[in-house]
Amino acid sequence: MATDEVKVIGAWASPFVMRPRIALNLKSVPYEFLQETFGAKSELLLKSNPVHKKIPVLLHADKPVCESNIIVEYVDETWSASGPSMLPSTPYDRAIARFWAAYIDEKWFPSLKSILKAEGEEEKKAVLAQVEEGNALLEKAFIDCSKGKPFFNGEHIGYLDIAFGCFLAWLRVTELAGGHKLIDEVKTPSLSKWAERFCNDPAVKPVMPETATLAEFAKKIFAKPTA
Amino acid sequence: MANEVILLDFWPSMFGMRTRIALREKGIEFEYRDEDLWNKSPLLLETNPVHKKIPVLIHNGKPVCESTIQVQYIDEVWSDKNPILPSDPYQRAQARFWVDFIDKKMYDAQRKVWWTKGEEQETGKKEFIELLKTLESELRDKTYFGGDDFGYVDIGLIGFYSWFHACEKYGNLNIESECPKLIAWAKTCMQRESVAKSLPDSEKVIKFVTEIRKKFMIE
Repeated sequence: MATDEVKVIGAWASPFVMRPRIALNLKSVPYEFLQETFGAKSELLLKSNPVHKKIPVLLHADKPVCESNIIVEYVDETWSASGPSMLPSTPYDRAIARFWAAYIDEKWFPSLKSILKAEGEEEKKAVLAQVEEGNALLEKAFIDCSKGKPFFNGEHIGYLDIAFGCFLAWLRVTELAGGHKLIDEVKTPSLSKWAERFCNDPAVKPVMPETATLAEFAKKIFAKPTA
Repeated sequence: MANEVILLDFWPSMFGMRTRIALREKGIEFEYRDEDLWNKSPLLLETNPVHKKIPVLIHNGKPVCESTIQVQYIDEVWSDKNPILPSDPYQRAQARFWVDFIDKKMYDAQRKVWWTKGEEQETGKKEFIELLKTLESELRDKTYFGGDDFGYVDIGLIGFYSWFHACEKYGNLNIESECPKLIAWAKTCMQRESVAKSLPDSEKVIKFVTEIRKKFMIE
């Protein structure tokens, strides 16, 4: 069953799509990447995720798994023999990893997105403050979770590294657009070093878009329509 | 090591109900502490500084936050009886998917039914019933969402059932006529001791909603 065909329906620019791709790479699982066209949803996507109609979707022997963090846990459990565990070994540490992954999706990423959409200096300042507050929390979370090791998950990249690290390209695009650093050696020294390790990892590098390429793409999709 | 389990909670919370049910399914003794959400305790603020929300599960002094995370934690620590999540990875992914769906949609949809008026309420009612129908079609003819055994998705959803009568009263709805299978499922769940003990009485919830509406809603 574990050797059955694996496909990922997604798009190169989506940080959520990066999550299952990194997980599959970490477990050395070959997969076919089916790219969706921006602005139009394929029949296969609509059939495989009828509830949300969103990417990513993992198809394992044609059986769909939806929701990026759920897919990562599925990959970890299904190919448990093919690589180190992506979640910590104790129930408490797993609860902590899941807590921060949920925080990132519910609070941190929405505030990061608002920076790019913010209009006017006041609004920009307010959302920036929110993101920086979040980064300070995540800096402390990294120190607590990593316990001196290179990643949130310890020696190897894991669930929380993936949940957060997938946003790094978009974070760099946001920094460029706004002209201010969000993760750097002064404000978030541990995260800054972790970010470099994460992005250079062979499981991550092939699927993380170049900042310049992503910035061009961002310009296109955030362009205000002409009257 | 003796297990000390404290649950910081608020009696009408459908999220707190999940953790109560999970603890009772596993037969775990715990101290239940009801919070006044308009005057949060120092312990709540200290154990959940990020969100300052209930429920918080404190196990031997260490806090676990977020109801779905607590249920998974309880399942992993007390893994010797009454498993909550399925053992097969694909079934687990499906169970997690549906609880995530409930988390994303149920609270806001249900809230619109008893908390809004006019057009907003009408739209809210349609969304709420559509949501319940989606869940009902996932349930199909099974006893529980996972099949023959009570589990994660049942625990994720059943707490909302205690608010159904309040929704019917203030939303002018008849949920059973729209979703008879779902109501049958809920009644089956209510026969479990862990559920019956963890859900408040519908009348108590209606009284609570009535008070909230009086206090905060502009009539």
